[in-house]
This record gives sequence, structure tokens and C-alpha cells, in this order.
Amino acid sequence: MPIILDKVSHIYGEDTTMPVRALDNVSLVLPDGQFIGLIGHTGSGKSTLVQHLNGLMKATSGAIYFNGEDIDSDGFDRKMLRARVGLVFQYPEHQLFETDVFSDVCFGPKNLGLSKKEIDLRAYEALKLVGLEDDYFYQSPFDLSGGQKRRVAIAGVLAMKPDVLILDEPTAGLDPRGRDEILDQIARLKQETGITVVLVSHSMDDVAKYVDRIIVMNKGRVLYDDEPKEVFKRYRELEAVGLAAPQVTYIMKALREKGYDVSDEATTIGEAREEIKNYFARLVAARKERQGAEDA
Amino acid sequence: MSSTQQNFAGCGDREGKMGIVKVRDLIYEYIRRDEEGNVEGITTAVDDVSLDIRQGEFVAVLGHNGSGKSTLAKHLNAILYPTEGTVWVDGKDTKDDAAVWDIRQTAGMVFQNPDNQIIGQVVEEDVGFGPENMGVPTKEIWERVEESLKAVGMYQYRKYSPNKLSGGQKQRVSIAGVIAMHPKCIVLDEPTAMLDPQGRREVIRAVRALNDVERITVILITHYMEEVIYADRVYVMDKGRIALQGTPREVFSEVEKLKELRLDVPQVTLLAHELRREGFPMPKGVLTDQEFLEALEHCVSAVM
Ligand SMILES: Nc1ncnc2c1ncn2[C@@H]1O[C@H](COP(=O)(O)OP(=O)(O)OP(=O)(O)O)[C@@H](O)[C@H]1O
Ligand SMILES: Nc1ncnc2c1ncn2[C@@H]1O[C@H](COP(=O)(O)OP(=O)(O)O)[C@@H](O)[C@H]1O
Ligand SMILES: [Mg+2]
Ligand SMILES: [Mg+2]
Repeated sequence: MPIILDKVSHIYGEDTTMPVRALDNVSLVLPDGQFIGLIGHTGSGKSTLVQHLNGLMKATSGAIYFNGEDIDSDGFDRKMLRARVGLVFQYPEHQLFETDVFSDVCFGPKNLGLSKKEIDLRAYEALKLVGLEDDYFYQSPFDLSGGQKRRVAIAGVLAMKPDVLILDEPTAGLDPRGRDEILDQIARLKQETGITVVLVSHSMDDVAKYVDRIIVMNKGRVLYDDEPKEVFKRYRELEAVGLAAPQVTYIMKALREKGYDVSDEATTIGEAREEIKNYFARLVAARKERQGAEDA
Repeated sequence: MSSTQQNFAGCGDREGKMGIVKVRDLIYEYIRRDEEGNVEGITTAVDDVSLDIRQGEFVAVLGHNGSGKSTLAKHLNAILYPTEGTVWVDGKDTKDDAAVWDIRQTAGMVFQNPDNQIIGQVVEEDVGFGPENMGVPTKEIWERVEESLKAVGMYQYRKYSPNKLSGGQKQRVSIAGVIAMHPKCIVLDEPTAMLDPQGRREVIRAVRALNDVERITVILITHYMEEVIYADRVYVMDKGRIALQGTPREVFSEVEKLKELRLDVPQVTLLAHELRREGFPMPKGVLTDQEFLEALEHCVSAVM
């Protein structure tokens, strides 16, 4: 179910004295099965953009196509769109409202008109997937810690089994293991089911680790749209717009500046470790050669 | 003799030198009730915690989701009261009703979501609310607003409407609002969780300056390990208890232990740790890029 944005703009408070152009002429193609990272400074328009993808917000100008159909056209089934394109909001406390955690997660699938058994099964699976312990299933979602609330909000959307899963800063407030577990689970889900995932994130380390394409927003416009490696090469430009490269990229750059013959393109710990190991292997080989020559 | 009694004895002896925050044998239980008021369940969110924080210290608190960090923090400015045990802030028992306002003034709090904390229509007005409510004379309010906004680097935005600011800027305004009340201690509960990298840098820089320059005691709760390396001491919570404590270097030397506790170490520490496991002569607890570079130089000398 590819999504196409054609010159989409969104203006908040258009008929007020202070209109805000949150999206400015954004054109994008989101094909099936990609893992896309959406990054940008706060206020760059990320949340506004993702709320257009499931029809929650209406473009001020421009058009959005879901599976080839204009989502703003008369006969378009918006309910279907909401079900197919699942959005986990930025602030989970806004999304929770049922009296207990389990009912809260059931809410979405219930609206899909599934059987009670299927609904319960999906809710249970989703809560397992986000790693919430059984003890909390029948408690009020409002009595949970911040990170626990976030897990419930994510489970609610997963239980809908959407074709396109959008997560607006899902890991803010999660403990490091929780962050890795949830992103690992989502990556696995994507692998197994071929869904499209859009991850809005302020963690460059997470984005570097999981996605195969990065869209960089700046002041309502798309600044870059490329593979992670290519995007993070422009770390100076990223810094100028409130972002950064992953931390290991800075370490590798510092090594290069010190004269180490290593590539500074590594964006994950694993890549950096291998690069450094290879460098040392070359040092050792060179030393052996030297010694060999001296001995001869 | 139980450690509880020893602690209480110690408390009496050192009364005169009590730190800014002293927590003894704190237990806090959330009690859940149904509509009729019958008890449905009890969660022990803080389970026998004792700690001491000295005036001027920078202390970080780490811990998995639900480990009790926020619950502990809410005791420090008398939002919650101990189920058992005692919390003293600047020598005052938080259970003493007469001291509540003093305590809230002594220990200010900043939360995660910048949008829920700002109420004023204009930045300087928002920062002035706290001192105004405290009955500070108008002239002094303006002095405090100016000095607080300068302390967090937001003075040039004093006439702005808060909704025109980025997340990091809003969060610095929230911090200014707290320091305008002249607290001795500031508790920040995941102040950077919602921020972009630059916003995070700005807030942490502002917090460190408060601690270094103004000597305000800082208690920082965070899930970002990199923010902790500047702390004097780190407490790691696990299921309501303190599982680990020490300097950042001591705590981050325990990579495997931290992983068990659902935590992590800074990326540079992790890279050094992985190289160490591959046989590189890397020290434990490398905390900064600079230290990493130096350690790697040693590795080079070792193979040459
Ligand atoms: N209002 C409440 N009513 C009942 N239980 C609560 C309430 N608030 C928190 N809890 C429970 O108390 C425990 C500790 O929660 P707390 O909010 O202190 O954790 P935390 O360490 O701040 O977690 P996080 O990293 O997710 O913010 C958790 O088990 C949580 O579910
Ligand atoms: N409901 C709203 N009303 C008015 N302006 C808004 C609203 N939501 C967002 N904005 C403005 O739109 C711009 C983009 O915001 P947002 O999409 O939330 O960015 P991001 O998610 O990248 O932080 C910002 O200038 C923000 O202040
Ligand atoms: Mg947003
Ligand atoms: Mg908390």
C-alpha cells in the first residue's frame, strides 16, 4: 500500500493573524516494505507530516494517495485508512483512556469488527510484544509509570495489525533495554510481514541501527532523503539544523583526524569495532613484515 | 542489629551536618482501590531506600521503567509522603505539614513534557509566576526573572510567546521558572526525553552551569547514559531499590551488570568495552571520546 505525497503543505491557523506553515510543499513516495527514519529538530513538522499519512489531518494544499487513491476524494474509505495506517502518537498519555490496560489495547481491534476471541488474542500478543508484564494488564493505564504507558500505547496500535506502522518518537522515556527490545520486535515484525515502518526519532543511534532510509525535515521541508550513510556524511549540515551524527561517527572522525587510517563512515558500534579491529590487524601484519625483513 | 536502626542512630549523630537531602528506609506503596474503595492491589514503588545528597552535588538516578525513580523524586518536594521511613530536605521532615511550602521552595522540580509545564503567555511572565506566588516583591521578581533566564541562556527570548520556542528552549524556560524561586536543589525528571539532540545539549549545558556556577544541587533522572557522565555520583534503581551506586566511572565499568538492570552505557564506553573483550588492552570505564583516543594510543604502542 504505497503512500504518495504530492506537494503537501499544511498551515495551522490559516485564517488567524499568525498562521504557521508546518509543512511546506512536501513530496514523498513511501513504497511498501521500507523501514524509514524521519528526523528533524523539534517543530520541523514531523508530527504534522505523519498525521497526514492516516488522514488525521487534512492538507491545506497538495494531495495524498494511498494505494493510488486520493484520500481526500469523495468515495474514499477513511475508516479503512485509519485501520491500515497505524499511528502511535508522540504523547502516549493522550492515547490512553480505557479503565484498564487490556481494554485499552482492545479498543482498536474492536473497531475493526473482529470476534471477541480474535480481539483478545491480538491484544495479548501485542502486550507481549512490547514487553509489558502480565501484572499490569488489569490495572488502570493512568497508574503506570511513563515508560509503561508508552508500551501500552504502542501495543494498542500493533493490535490493529496495520500495513503501515508509524511511530512518533516511540522510545522517548523508555529504558535502554525497552528501547532496544521494542525496536528489535518492530524490525522483526517488519521482516516477517513486510509492513512499512516509519520511525520518528531523536535518537540518531537508533535511526542508524534500524532504518534503510532517512528523511530529514527542516522547517517544514524535506532537507535530505537518502540512505543513512549518505545522510550522516553531512553531519555538519545536520548539526546546523539541530541534529547530529551517531556518537560513534564522531569517534571515528576524531580517530581519522589523529591520523588513524580508518573510515569515518561507521554509524553503529559494530561497524566501528570492526573498522578498528581491521586497522589493528593491518598494523600487526605490517609489523610482522618489518620484522621478517629485518630477520632476513 | 538491623541496618535500619544503625541508620537512625547515625542520623541523630550527624544532625548538624545533614546534607540537603537525606532519605532513610523509605518505602512507598501505591494503593489501588475499586469504586467502592476496597483495596485491589498494592505496588511497592520504592522499597527501603536510603540515600544522602550533599549541598552542591550533581547526582544522577538511573533505572528501568517502573523502578521507582519518579516516585522517589516526588518525595523530595513533598508531592508524595513516605508510607514508611523518613525524607528530610534541608533538614526538614517532609511529613511536617508546616514545612511543605519551604520544602517545595527548596527543591524545585522539572518534568519530561515541556508543553505541560509552561503556563504564561510570555516567557518572562511564566518565569515570574513562581516568585510571584511566593509573595516576592515586584522589583525583586523582575531581577530574579532576568538572572534565571540568563542562567539558562534564554534571556534574549524573554518577550517571546512560549509556543514559538523549540522543545529545548521551552524546557530551559521551565528550568528558569524553577530557579527563579531560588531553590537549593533542583530535581529533573527526564527533562530531555522529548528533545532533539540540540535541545538535549542545551538543557544539559544549562543544568551543568547551574551546578558549577550557582552551586545548586542537581538530581537528574534520565534514560540517556551520556548525560550521566558529568554527575558526581550515580544511583541505579531496580524494582524500587538501589542496586548500584558510585561515580559514573565506577558504575559504567559494570557493563554487564547494567545490561542486566535493563540499562546501557554511553556509546563510547560500549565501544571500548567491546574492543576490550576482543583482547585490546583497554581500561574499564572509558567515558569520553578523549579518553577513548588516549586508550587507543596505548593499544597502538602495545602492538608496535
Ligand atoms: N499513580 C500510581 N498509582 C499506582 N501505581 C503507580 C502510580 N504511579 C506509578 N505507579 C507504579 O509504581 C512503580 C514505580 O513507578 P515510577 O513512576 O516511580 O517509575 P519510574 O522509575 O519513574 O519509571 P519510568 O522510567 O517509566 O518513568 C511502577 O510499578 C508503577 O506502575
Ligand atoms: N495544533 C497546532 N496548532 C498550531 N501550530 C502547531 C500545532 N501543532 C504544531 N504546530 C506548529 O507546527 C510546526 C511543526 O510542529 P510539529 O509537526 O509538532 O513538529 P515536530 O513533530 O517535528 O516537532 C511547529 O512550528 C509547531 O509549533
Ligand atoms: Mg513531534
Ligand atoms: Mg518516571
